[in-house]
Amino acid sequence: MADRVAPGSVIDGFVVGRHLHSGAMGNIFEVTRPGLDTPMIMKVPRMGPNEPSEGMISFETEATIVPALSSPHLPHFIAAGDLARTPYLVVEWIDGMSLEEALGSGPFPPLEAARVGAALADALHSLHEQEAIHLDLKPANIILKKDGTVALIDFGFAHHTRFPDLLAEETRFGAGSKAYVSPEQIQGTREDPRSDLFSLGVILYEMVTGRFPFGEPDADVRNRLWLDPAPPAVLVPETPPWLQEIILRCLEPRAERRYQSAAHVAFDLRNPEQVVLTARARKSRRLGIMQHARRFLHARRELDVRLRQGSVPAGRPPIIMVAVDTAHPDDERQGAIQRATQQILSLSQEFRVVCVSVIRSVPLMDGALPSETASGIHFEHLVRLRHWVEPLRMPVQRISLHAIESENPAEALLEFANRNHVDLIVLGAPGPTRPDRSWWRSVASTVTANAQCSVHVVRVAERGTARP
Amino acid sequence: MIIALLSDLHANLEAVQACLRHSTERGAERFAFLGDLVGYGADPEAVVDIVADHVARGAIVVQGNHDAAVTNGAGGLNDAAAESLEWTRDALSPSRRAFLASLPLIVRENDICFVHATADAPERWAYIETNGAARQSIEAAGTTYTFGGHVHQQVLYFHTRTGKVAPFHPIAASPVPVPSHRRWHAIVGSVGQPRDGNPAAAYALFDTASEEMTFFRVAYDHIATAAKIRRASLPEWLAARLENGI
Repeated sequence: MADRVAPGSVIDGFVVGRHLHSGAMGNIFEVTRPGLDTPMIMKVPRMGPNEPSEGMISFETEATIVPALSSPHLPHFIAAGDLARTPYLVVEWIDGMSLEEALGSGPFPPLEAARVGAALADALHSLHEQEAIHLDLKPANIILKKDGTVALIDFGFAHHTRFPDLLAEETRFGAGSKAYVSPEQIQGTREDPRSDLFSLGVILYEMVTGRFPFGEPDADVRNRLWLDPAPPAVLVPETPPWLQEIILRCLEPRAERRYQSAAHVAFDLRNPEQVVLTARARKSRRLGIMQHARRFLHARRELDVRLRQGSVPAGRPPIIMVAVDTAHPDDERQGAIQRATQQILSLSQEFRVVCVSVIRSVPLMDGALPSETASGIHFEHLVRLRHWVEPLRMPVQRISLHAIESENPAEALLEFANRNHVDLIVLGAPGPTRPDRSWWRSVASTVTANAQCSVHVVRVAERGTARP
Repeated sequence: MIIALLSDLHANLEAVQACLRHSTERGAERFAFLGDLVGYGADPEAVVDIVADHVARGAIVVQGNHDAAVTNGAGGLNDAAAESLEWTRDALSPSRRAFLASLPLIVRENDICFVHATADAPERWAYIETNGAARQSIEAAGTTYTFGGHVHQQVLYFHTRTGKVAPFHPIAASPVPVPSHRRWHAIVGSVGQPRDGNPAAAYALFDTASEEMTFFRVAYDHIATAAKIRRASLPEWLAARLENGI
């Protein structure tokens, strides 16, 4: 059947058009269907006695997972044929240029690489939130859309928590593409979303430097278990330290030392001033030969242990955004919000806290005192945020502080929360008897009504009001 | 057609009723009882009657080790299970004991094999705890689908292309495609005595038309069931086990 798919043939109402691509897994055609305006493509696996079975398994994997996904960052499923008789998969055609093509004209300026990286991290976050892991992330599978966002394609190696993993026992071809594959995949683990973050690190590195951190694709893939890649700033001196920090953190051989979620990577790429710089950011040379030898031996020991035990991926650490009104530091709500935040934090060591204060736009002016200049006022609010957060006694890596200028606090909070994949917003409830604080009312209700995540509205018991 | 697969009922009337109601609401037209109707629980007579009634109307049933032990003695049981065997035997009328003794060990129907433990040696009551054991059972069954219980956890084993077998731990109420070009061995969990820390009853539905399986966990009044076990003077740990799902 599949061998007969050719331009002009009609399959289940789909009219096969131009042949677009021929790959290891099969063929891709343009298709149309009377009554459907959407541009579509049809994937057809290679079949036959001489075809490797991996093409068919990858096809089956993709045909199982893609219908379960739904996001502007992922291909929209349209139809699938019966696997045993007419295997095909029709998805919406995603308009844009592949990252591979875009990289054909050389590496990106660091800030452009960070922008594309953040868009890619958004797409990964959306995938991971739907309980799926891509496991074959590479520039050819990344589409840069015209609106600046990114879409992921090709789920032939993917894993989904809710479906049997058809590639689980197929160690022969369980791992993705050599230059990008994570250490865990080489060790046979297919259940760790942080594997995609390693591949994201390789792609960021490639976008900035034009090179692969662990060498050309024909290198021994196990090298990433121990090889210390050349710091990006050594190859491209204009790489900012924060970007090097992010890239090298993604490339940590041990998943627990990497970022723990794509949302966090996106956050850091968009908020460079909040990136906590460690030795990674300052690195200006690779490790010496003795340290490399130590890492090599350690990795070999660890590989032995991993293969015997398997690894346990951690859950995604949630991001909590606390709205702090730094314009009214003595408001009694502050204490209540602080206590509520403390209670939430006591539930888990994993939370990340983002404190946001929305301040009124400061007109550009040059005052005589720092407190009269725009940057001075901005800084003053950050200092108050730091003071506010201090009693929580959080390690600095798990906190970030933001003063946002806006005339519309609710809109600013919502936009910040959505853009940074916040999981829970904590903010104060409006008081019933304070006309001077009426903006609290509109902020709390607007945020509660329009947030894409949960909202915790902290109420302060009114003192002195008689209760019946 | 939607087939409800219920195993390891263990004389737990409340759990059996809850699962039957749950599956009927979801369109189950046929029922398969995969053994261990009795043992551990306080309602062996009522549970045997419910199953016999379904069998009279075309349901499938196979024998489990606890059912066989009512007639054959505690030889096939561990010490813990043997404790409740005597109580169960005394509680059952001769006709119900005869019903349990008459049950087949294995039933093959079209491309489905129903068995309590393993299809390769159903009378040995081996536990499927490795991929190799699942593979042996799948191959001996010779059918596309093998449905069983005995191990009180829900697991779906499947044949990969290279002839290996891999396990999948299903998520409750989330349909799983089980296309017929592969072979599958589903362990549907225990209706009457879950042991994974979740006291809710376990069973599964198989939709032959869409080739999908859905594993379910159904809450029932397990506190009341545990109280019945205590009132019947069955060993205390059997009641505690239901309360904690272990």
